[in-house]
Amino acid sequence: MKVLVAVKRVIDYNVKVRVKADNTGVDLTNVKMAMNPFCEIAVEEAVRLKEKGVATEIVVVSIGPKTSQEQIRTALALGADRGIQIETDEEVQSLDAAKLLKAVVDKEQPQLVILGKQSIDSDNNQTGQMLAALAGMGQGTFASEVVVDGDKVNVTREVDGGLVTVGLKLPAVVTTDLRLNEPRYASLPNIMKAKKKPLESVSPADLGVTLSPRLTTLKVEEPPKRAGGIKVGSVSELVEKLKNEAKVI
Amino acid sequence: MSILVIADHDNSTLKSATLNVVAAANAIGGEIVVLVAGENCGAAAEAASKVAGVSKVLVADNAAYGHQLAENLSLLVADLGKGYSHILSSAGTTGKDFMPRVAALLDVAQISDIIRVESADTFVRPFYAGNAIATVKSSDAIKVITVRSTGFDAVSAEGGSAAVEAVAEVKDAGVSSFVKAEMAKSDRPELTSASIVISGGRGMQNGDNFKMLEAIADKLGAAVGASRAAVDAGFVPNDMQVGQTGKIVAPNLYIAVGISGAIQHLAGMSGSKVIVAINKDEEAPIFQVADYGLVADLFEAVPELEKAL
Repeated sequence: MKVLVAVKRVIDYNVKVRVKADNTGVDLTNVKMAMNPFCEIAVEEAVRLKEKGVATEIVVVSIGPKTSQEQIRTALALGADRGIQIETDEEVQSLDAAKLLKAVVDKEQPQLVILGKQSIDSDNNQTGQMLAALAGMGQGTFASEVVVDGDKVNVTREVDGGLVTVGLKLPAVVTTDLRLNEPRYASLPNIMKAKKKPLESVSPADLGVTLSPRLTTLKVEEPPKRAGGIKVGSVSELVEKLKNEAKVI
Repeated sequence: MSILVIADHDNSTLKSATLNVVAAANAIGGEIVVLVAGENCGAAAEAASKVAGVSKVLVADNAAYGHQLAENLSLLVADLGKGYSHILSSAGTTGKDFMPRVAALLDVAQISDIIRVESADTFVRPFYAGNAIATVKSSDAIKVITVRSTGFDAVSAEGGSAAVEAVAEVKDAGVSSFVKAEMAKSDRPELTSASIVISGGRGMQNGDNFKMLEAIADKLGAAVGASRAAVDAGFVPNDMQVGQTGKIVAPNLYIAVGISGAIQHLAGMSGSKVIVAINKDEEAPIFQVADYGLVADLFEAVPELEKAL
């Protein structure tokens, strides 16, 4: 079966986020960018499905400026077969991203679509669910295990208080949580090979989608700073402070 | 304005996060209607009718909603929600699962994890793992919003006397089914609603040592959490994880034991009222946010703390 994986280019998770002085956003000039960590897990899962003989082709798609081709190439180096870049320099909000991906799903007809549960920049946790709703598919969000069985897939989900397993008819959407797998690194020969894999570039207009952002960001601020407290010398002093000064126990 | 709040419940009880979502609805202002969708969920609906400030409770009681399957729930909520200006749920894993579907079905944006209401169309939410706080304005006619419960003080669970009305509609998308659940059994409070949380990090060395924290938790009525490092090391399950990729907590007292204080972890707990850090490394970044820091070997300090309580 064909698997579609969506990946997003975001600020590298090791980079310290700085809010712009004019409060219009986060400063991304000359900042290291990388594939969103949850998307790496999505790529890895697809590659494992191919290694198991469940998936036959892995198509990776990314939405964003020309530079997002770097993340598609990374996915190709990890084992995806071909890439589709939906090129735009505009801001793409979750609903529009879902509409663009829906257009790709209509064209490619994958049996399984795997996405990260959220991107570490916008932290929305929406696109996979929105895509599933628009495509009329079932969804297994926050997945820690994915088992394809004939024309259905069982997805074990990380939920508050434990794990829940749902059974979904294929085609279906899966969004990844941290424990699903541990992504591999791309080897140098595979990075070289990835340069020759097909990568098609399309515009939102090619897919028949007009971007229409519904949310306007009025301002972006730094979170309130916590003032450091005091060091206590012993457990008994700590207990005394918690009882009599902070009054929390 | 009228606001539809989707109750967080397990059919028999109303989860406390619902009280925080009603508080957020109060901050927006308008008539508040609560939807309880489940199976044999009469008790949860009854509890919802007593919540202060709720004017009506809608109950959709059907096997299709018994396990809160997002595919079915979203069809119901999108249909019922058409008559409201706002649809709100908690930002727990259930709300995060079905609310984006509701928004997509209504062709509107969804606003995740709000921590403050500025006005009926403007909301404040953290992003970049809490390293930045955005104020966003929505141009949609219906605002679909998930609420971070730690951002709003819970309304009273008592004092209301809302009318309870049954919803006959049954929506079954027919694409998903419940297979099984493995829920952690615990008499301790849930992490996200506990007033005291004690968490362990990589310094705990193994899962067995978390028993020391559990002993203190039982004395204080606290929940037990963990850092991502402790989860990644396999000491404890992922649902105990506090941080950017885990749970966001804001208890009255947060005790961090053997946790260095990576940005990832701080994003999940720095909203706590009082923070205590116990760590043998004096330079650990956790001490920069702690109100009370104790530089000590946790294997000596933690048993001593348990005895002192």
